[in-house]
Formats: sequence, C-alpha cells, structure tokens
Amino acid sequence: MKVSLSEDQRAVEELFSEFFAKTSEPMVVRRAEPLGFDSELWSKLCALDAPAMGVAVEKGGGGAGLAELVVLGECVGRSVAPVPIIEHTVAVRALPEPSAELLAGDEVATIALQSVTGGLDWGLIPAGAVARTVVGPCDGATVAVSGEPPGVAPSNHACMPVAFRTFEHDTATKLGDSSVWSRALSEWQILTAASLVGIAAKSLDTGVEYVKAREQFGRPIGSFQAVQHGLADLPALIDGARLLTFKAAWAMDASDPTAPTTTDVDDNDVNDPISLALMAYLFAAEVAAQVTDRVLHYHGGYGFAAEYDIGLYYRRARGWPLVLGDPAAQYQRLADRLFGAVSTDDASRKR
Amino acid sequence: MDFSLSTEATAFRQEIKDVIALTYTPDRRGEHHRTGTFACPALYQELARRGLLERIVPGLGKGDPIELWILFNELEKASVPYDALSVILIVSAMVNRLGTDFQRERILASLISAKSYACLGYSEPGSGSDVASVSTRAVRDGDQWVINGSKMWTTMAHEADWILLLTRTDPTLPKHRGLTMFVLPMDTPGISVEPVWTIGSERTNATFFDDVRVGDEWVLGGLNKGWAAMGVGLTFERGVVGETNSGVPLLRHFRQWAEETGAAHDPAIRRQMAQTAIDNEVAKLLTQRSAWMAASGELPLVEGAMSKLFATAAYQKGVHWFQQRAGAAGLLRFGEDGAAAEGWIEYEGRHAPLCTIRGGTTEINRNIVAERHLGLPKCV
Repeated sequence: MKVSLSEDQRAVEELFSEFFAKTSEPMVVRRAEPLGFDSELWSKLCALDAPAMGVAVEKGGGGAGLAELVVLGECVGRSVAPVPIIEHTVAVRALPEPSAELLAGDEVATIALQSVTGGLDWGLIPAGAVARTVVGPCDGATVAVSGEPPGVAPSNHACMPVAFRTFEHDTATKLGDSSVWSRALSEWQILTAASLVGIAAKSLDTGVEYVKAREQFGRPIGSFQAVQHGLADLPALIDGARLLTFKAAWAMDASDPTAPTTTDVDDNDVNDPISLALMAYLFAAEVAAQVTDRVLHYHGGYGFAAEYDIGLYYRRARGWPLVLGDPAAQYQRLADRLFGAVSTDDASRKR
Repeated sequence: MDFSLSTEATAFRQEIKDVIALTYTPDRRGEHHRTGTFACPALYQELARRGLLERIVPGLGKGDPIELWILFNELEKASVPYDALSVILIVSAMVNRLGTDFQRERILASLISAKSYACLGYSEPGSGSDVASVSTRAVRDGDQWVINGSKMWTTMAHEADWILLLTRTDPTLPKHRGLTMFVLPMDTPGISVEPVWTIGSERTNATFFDDVRVGDEWVLGGLNKGWAAMGVGLTFERGVVGETNSGVPLLRHFRQWAEETGAAHDPAIRRQMAQTAIDNEVAKLLTQRSAWMAASGELPLVEGAMSKLFATAAYQKGVHWFQQRAGAAGLLRFGEDGAAAEGWIEYEGRHAPLCTIRGGTTEINRNIVAERHLGLPKCV
C-alpha cells in the first residue's frame, strides 16, 4: 500500500504542470474558443512526445501506464487546456499499429463514446471536429475509421471540439471484438475523471485566493465562517475523487484480462477495473460540478461575468463528462456490475 | 499508488473477520438494543486472547496504524459496536505513553485483556466542542486533590473500572494551560453515574464528582499538562478509529431487503445503491490514506477531518434515501413483522444524527480544514 505518487509520476507532474501553466493560460483557453482546439498548443505538446506517451514501447510509444496518464490528465484539467490529448491517448492505445503520424501527433485520433447498432452513426464525438481517425464500436466489433475532420464544432456549452461525423461502412478497419472499445471507454472515463479532478482542484485554489482578497463589511469574505465552511467541504471531495481515479488506473494497469476480478460490494471490496472506472467518472463529474458551482457562487456577481476565469471551469466541469450522455445510464451500468444485471421482465415484479 | 494490502495485513484482516464470525451473533445485537449497552465482551476478549489488542497499541506491540484501521474497518462493516473497544485502546495508549509504573501496572493489564472498560470524562454539560473550557475542578488540599464537577457522554461509565478525567487545576492560567488529566478507578468514593438515554437506543451517562479525594498517583501526564495528554489520545486515533464506514452495512442491509422485495429492480433505487457504493469506496480510500500517512510517520489530522466530513455526510444521505425507499417498512423496528432489513433501516435512521456530532462535530472539522488546509484567516 502506497498512497503517494511514484518518482516517475512526480516527474510527469512536474513536466506537465509547468508546461500547461506556461502555455495554456486562461488567455489561450479563451482564444481557442469556440472550437476549443489550439493547434499551436497541440504542436508544443507534441514536441514533448505526449501523443505517444501512453503507447507501448514496442509500438513506438513511451510505455506510460494509465496511472502516469492520470497525472497528465489532471494537469490538462487544471489548465482546461484546449487540446484533445485524452481522446487521442485512449484511441492510439487501442490501435494495434498506430501510424507514425498518430504517434507524432501530426494527426489526431479520438474515440466514439456511443454504442449504436447497425452503422457508424456514433452521435456527438469528442474531439471529432479535429480528429482524422475515430475508434468506435460496430456490431459487436471495434473498428477504426478515417476521414477529413470538419475543423468546426457545433456551438456548445463547454466550447469542445465535438462533431457529428459520417463514415462509409467499407472504410472501417476491424481492430478486434467489442472488448477493445470497452477498455478504451473505461480508459476515457478514468482520464476524464482525472481532468475533472484537475478542474475541481484548480477551481478551489481560485476560490480560496478570491475569498482571501475580496473584502466586504471591512474584512476579507474568507474570514466569514459561512464562506469558510462552504469551502471546507470541498477538499475531501477532490481528494476522494483523485484517490478513486488513481485506484481505477491502478486496477486497470494491474488487470489480467484472464483473471477473475474480485468484487464484494457487501464487504466494500471493489477491485474490478471497469466498475472503478465508472465510479471515478461518475464521482469526479459530480465533484467538479459541485466545486465549480460553489466557487463561482463565492465570486458573487463577478463569477457570472465572462471576464473571470471560474466561468471557463464551470462550463467545462459540466461539458467534458456530458459528452458520454446522461450519467443515469452509467449509474445503471455500475449497478449491473456491482449488484447483478436485472432482466427487463423483472423490473416491475412484486413491488 | 498501490492500493493493495501486504500479505501480513491481509492475514490480520482475515483474523479479525474470523474473530467476528466466531463471537458476534445476532442475539448479541438484540441484547445491545434491549439494554442500551453497546459492547461485545466476548469479541473484545477473544481479540485480546489472541494478542491483537496489545499488538495494536504503540509501545506495547507493533502499533501499526494500518492494522488499527483494518480492525475498526472490519468491526464497523460488520455492524459490531466498537466504541467501547476504541476507548479501551485509547486509554491504554495514553497510560502506556504517559503513565507512571504504578499506573501501567494497575490499569494496563485489565484494559488490554478487555476484562475492564474505561470511559472518557472530557465533555461537560457546559463544554462540548469547546472542550478546553471544562469547569470540573481539582483543588489541592494537603497531599490530595479534591474533585468536584460533572461530565457528560461518559458512555460505558456504568460498567467501566476506569475514567479518564479532564479537570481544571489552575483557573488563573489561559484555558488550555490550566488543565490536568486524571485516570481514576470508578469505585473512588464520590463518583456517581446517571443514565442518559439516546434516540439511538444506546445508553450513555452523566457522571458526577462530589468531593472526590485522590492522590497524585492518579495524575496522568503531569500537572497542568491535560491538553497535551488529550493530544496523545488523538495521535493514537489518527482518524482511522471508526465512523467512516457506516455506509457499508447500511447498503448491505438495504440491498438485502430490496432484493427480497424486488425493489432492487427499480432503476431509481439501483442508482441510489450505486451512488452509495461509490461514496463507500471514497470513504474507504480517504481513511486508507490517513492510515498510510500515519504508517509513514505523519500525523493525518487534516486528512482525518476530511474523511469524517465526507463519510458522515454521505452516510446520512444514504440513510435518508433508503428509509424513504423502504416506505412503511422503514418505520418498523427490530422484531416487527415486515420491518425493512429486520429493523436495521429504522435503526440507522435513529443512529445517523450522532455521526456528525461525536468525536468532533462537522463544524469543528470544517474549521480544521478551513484554517489548516485552505489557510483561510481565523474566523471573526
């Protein structure tokens, strides 16, 4: 048992927190709106070999595990960086032979999140506005398709580079059965959770700074107990979300697909990586929404003003996770895994 | 990060589970709720017989905070009353650390074998969260102390052999500095105990001190060093001694009922069960972090406050949900036909309010996080 970062993870944190602090200032984030993609920032990130960081060494990547990528994900969230590194990372990890262009980041890849039957109509695709390659599910298989990205996104809540895309069926390359996509989806949930932890952590920092500086009634509003207590509930939520995200990554990194996973929810012993990924995603989404809401509130009217940074975080805290759809569906998936699936005939039985 | 337990810790955990399975039966639960005395002598003594209590106390045994966490985690998950045991261990740790040879000899063996209980005389009718304001007085008279005053929430005082008693010895000093801790035999003349009944079926007590005369041999940790002595107790607890896993038996009990009745098929109910499972996992991880930090030589005061803030709020939310979801069956108590989860759901509804009060209220824990973690200015 060890509840702190490894030396490697610390190095990743140092590298990327410094990088994003310098390159993805709020001005850069605003300038990238409404598309939500900054090609210059993406190029700088590529110069650090970030696009291939999570790819296995034998496939030409950096060989980082999911836990290291979680560290990167949190840094992305802290700066709400307008780069699709999370989508790109999970997509290239799912490809058996990622091309040199994808490894270098000269081309962007992404993952389709909606499972649909009988076609490649995947709904809104995260990073779909800028990604050439899309990994997604198709009739029990996992496929990759390529096409010219539109370069524009429908106007949206969080200024994300999302897009509806259409692909020809016969251009799809089969990558494997549906488990390839399922795993990529769990990885997307974990890294998105990490980015939401980053959003929440940075927002709390912003809130604490603000209430220390803002004076009303002749004293900093941060000296009022009502304000203090509203903020004091938040660190446990953020730390809890971070620990849960790391546990999910740890379980996923350690998971042997052939070994049975031990989960006994009655004994609070959950080690199944797919359940943990769902938990991390769902919890981090709630936490990021709550933290940004409260911190925006303590800014008073200025929190509602576009000029203040908290608004950038508030919208992304909601938008980044929502591209997967209503969390209600994910809660049902989690319940099925933890408590056993329910057949629809049973739904209205007895009660 | 690595969330797995060592082989040794896993074996320790299994042994605790074995002791619980061997010694805790449903009729004991009935007895607790009938008598109001929530303690399990057979279980505690079996732990003692195996040397597990001694092993937990720093200085007497290994004193590994991870094992301390595992012990209370397992007891709480199994809905076994653990408060009486936590007081035994806290007082043992304090006496071992601060006590004289005489005190160690007289007190430790009886506590660590779980043949005796102890109780905590900290709070008073007029001193709760502001515990340093206690007014129970110990006044010097020749070579003796004369103690007068009263203590609240002295749970187990009616069965205990020992009381840890926080007194004011010097009212001229600032409030934290004029305090002295005593550890007294409960049969000392002048001590009397009155029951205080709670809405959670549990009996606690008010304990009164009328001209109680004792010598210096019962001072624990030195004259006017009472506040530091309390700190030793807190350092032992390290935020891992219970109160952060109540959601686990809650979910288990509710799910048992929901599956029997078919309610477990309702998506709205499944969502709340899944949310509770997430909260339980988070509460566990936060507590596990405190245990790990303590094992690494740090004192996780702020982290312990965070775990308690999160876990108790989440538990109360879950209790509210599940009592509602159980409908009228959630009204019925233990022993009534049709009671949800044999009456557990109704009981948890009465037990829940205690969790955000005892062992440091939510407000005190928020103050700790606000001042020591967020660095916010002292409140006005």
